[in-house]
Amino acid sequence: MSAPPLLEARGVTRILPGEGFGAPPVRLVEDIDLTVGAGEFVAITGPSGSGKSSLLYLLGLLDRPSAGAVLIDGEDTGALSAPALARLRLARLGFVFQFHFLLPEFTTLENVMIPMRRLGRHPQDEIRERARAILASLGLQDAERKLPEQLSGGMRQRVAVARALANDPEIVLADEPTGNLDTRNAATVFDVFARIVGEHGRSVIVVTHDLDLAARAGRRVHLVDGRIVSDGPHSPVVPQAVA
Amino acid sequence: MALPLVIDIAIGQLRRRKRQSIVSIMGVALGVGFFIAVASLMQGFQQYFVSQVIDIAPHIVIKDEFRTPAVQPAVAAFAEGAVAVRGVKPRDEIRGIRDARGKLAALEAVPGLAAAPTLRGPVILRYGARDHSVALVGVEPERERRVTNIEKDMIAGRLEDLRATANGVILGIGAADRLGAGVGDIITAVSPRGVAVTMKVVGLFSTGLTALDQGEGYALLKTVQILQQRPNVVNSIRIRLADITQAEPLARVIEARFGYRTESWEETNSNILSLFIIQNAIMYSVTGAILLVAAFGIYNIISTVVHEKTRDIAILKSLGFTEGDIARIFSVQGFVVGAIGAALGCLLGWALIEMLAAIRFDFNNPVLRGQRGFIMSRSALPFIFAGGFALVSASAASILPARRAARLNPVDIVRGAA
Repeated sequence: MSAPPLLEARGVTRILPGEGFGAPPVRLVEDIDLTVGAGEFVAITGPSGSGKSSLLYLLGLLDRPSAGAVLIDGEDTGALSAPALARLRLARLGFVFQFHFLLPEFTTLENVMIPMRRLGRHPQDEIRERARAILASLGLQDAERKLPEQLSGGMRQRVAVARALANDPEIVLADEPTGNLDTRNAATVFDVFARIVGEHGRSVIVVTHDLDLAARAGRRVHLVDGRIVSDGPHSPVVPQAVA
Repeated sequence: MALPLVIDIAIGQLRRRKRQSIVSIMGVALGVGFFIAVASLMQGFQQYFVSQVIDIAPHIVIKDEFRTPAVQPAVAAFAEGAVAVRGVKPRDEIRGIRDARGKLAALEAVPGLAAAPTLRGPVILRYGARDHSVALVGVEPERERRVTNIEKDMIAGRLEDLRATANGVILGIGAADRLGAGVGDIITAVSPRGVAVTMKVVGLFSTGLTALDQGEGYALLKTVQILQQRPNVVNSIRIRLADITQAEPLARVIEARFGYRTESWEETNSNILSLFIIQNAIMYSVTGAILLVAAFGIYNIISTVVHEKTRDIAILKSLGFTEGDIARIFSVQGFVVGAIGAALGCLLGWALIEMLAAIRFDFNNPVLRGQRGFIMSRSALPFIFAGGFALVSASAASILPARRAARLNPVDIVRGAA
C-alpha cells in the first residue's frame, strides 16, 4: 500500500443544532469524501450556503465533524485534544481568510513573525530573517515596518498570505482570500498560491466564488447543498448566477 | 521583541488603547495610594497611642483584689447544700497585698523586670476655697523611677523632691489648675479616714492623658500610708518589663502564683485596643472597597478588549494558539495593569504620607500632646499588602474575560466576519 494521503476527509458530516426552540438542525456539509495529496492546488466552488467554508474549516481542523473523520497522514484527528490540534495547525497548516485579520498593534514583519515565535522552532534572529525573506518573496520588503492600517487592502491580504506561509506549512487553506480584492490584487494572490504549489510542492485549498480564478487551480471540487457534486480537473461547472 | 510572545501581544494590545489603560491603572493606583495613606495614618496614631500608654503606665499591675470572690464559709462547709446566707457583714479586714516586700524581692529576681510598691487611695485636696479629689499614689521614688516614666513627664520639680521636702506632693497639671495651686504652695489633703495632712506642692507633671493629669497625684509611700491609716500596706505592685511582649503571659504566671488580680497593660487598656480593632476593620473595609472598585475597572477594560479583539482571537486560534495562550494574553494584561497601578499607587501612597506628615495644626489636641500634626507610621506593611491585593484582584478580575476569550470558537467569528 502506498503512503497515506496528506489530507483526507472520510464521510465528513457537520450538523449544527437548530437555533431557537424546535428549530430543525442545520446540515452544513454531508458525507464528504475528499483526498488532497501533496502538491495539489484545489479550488472549492459552489453557490452561497453550499458549505464551502464549512468544509474548509473542517479540513483545516478549526471545526470538528459531527460524523466521519478528517485524517492527516492517515491519522485520525478526531482523537486529538484541542491543544494537539492547535499544534498541528501551527506547524503544518496555514490559513488565509477573506478579511486579513492582521493584528493591528504589530508591524507587518511582527505579524509574520508571530506564528514562528509561537512555534519556537528557530531562534529569534533566524525568525526575523525568514519573515523578511517571505515578505520579500511577496514583494512586501518595503512594508516591513508599517502597521496594517497603513497598507492597502491588496498589500494587507498579501501580508496575511505571508503569515500563513510563516511556518512553511504543508497545506495552505484559504477562505475567499480574494473576496475583498480587485481583479489585479486577486490575480497576484493566486499567483502566490500557484508558486507555493509549483515551486515548493505544497498543497493549497482555496474556497472561492470566482470561477475564473478557480480555473487556475489544477482541480476543482464543486459543492451544492453540502454535497460534492463534481470533483476533477475539468469538472463541468454549471454557470451560476454568482453575485 | 525579546519578550515572550504572549506578553508581547498583551502589551501591544494595552498600548493600543492608551487612554483606557491609563484610566484603569489610575483606578488601581488611587485605591492603593489611599489605602497606604489611610493605613499609615491609622497605624501611626495607634502605635503612638500604644507607645504612650506603654511609656507612661506600668506594664503589669498586681492589685489587692481577687478575680473570684472568696467563698462564704457556710457555702464551703456545705458544698452540696442549699445554703442561704443573710445579713453578712464583711469582716473588717485590712486590704492590701500581704507580704508585699517578700513578693517584691521574688519578682525582682526575674531578669529584665523592675517592680515598685504603691499605695493608692482617694484624697480630697483643698487649697483656699477650692476642693479637688484625686487618687494619691504613694511611691518610693527610687523604685518608681524604674517602673514608670513619670519623671519624663514632669514639667516642674523632680521626683526626689518628695524625699527632700516633708509631705511633698507632685500634682498633675490638670489637678493643679483646678486648685489654682502651683509649685511651692501649701495645700491640705484629707483622706476618707478623716486624716488631714498639710502638703507642699513640689512638682507638676503633664502626661497628655487627661484622666491622669486631672486625677492623680504622687506622694511618698509612707505619707500616703499615714493619710490612709494603713501603715505598711501596699495595694498595688507596678511592674515594668524589658520585653513588652512578655507582659500578658507573665501577668498570668504572677496571678497563678500570688493569687492577686494581675493585669497586663493589654488588659488594662483592652477597651482602647478593641476600639482599635473596630477602627481597623472600618478602615480596611472602606479602603478595600476602593481597591474592589479598581478591580471592577480592570474587569471592564479586559472585557472591552476581549470584545473588540474577537477577530484577533479567532486568527490567533486558527494560527495554532491554544486556549491557554489566549487566556494568558488577557490575564497578562490584567496583571500588567495591576502591577503598574500598584507601583504608581505605592508612589502615591508615599507622597500622601509625606504630605499628611507635613500638615501642622494650630490647636493643641490633648491626646496628641506635643504633636502638632499627624503621626504617620512608615512601615512597609501597608505597601506590601495594598500592592499585593491590587495585583491579586487585578489578575482575578481579568480571569473571567480571559476565559471567555479562550473559549471563543474561531469558526463562529470567521464565518461572521466574512
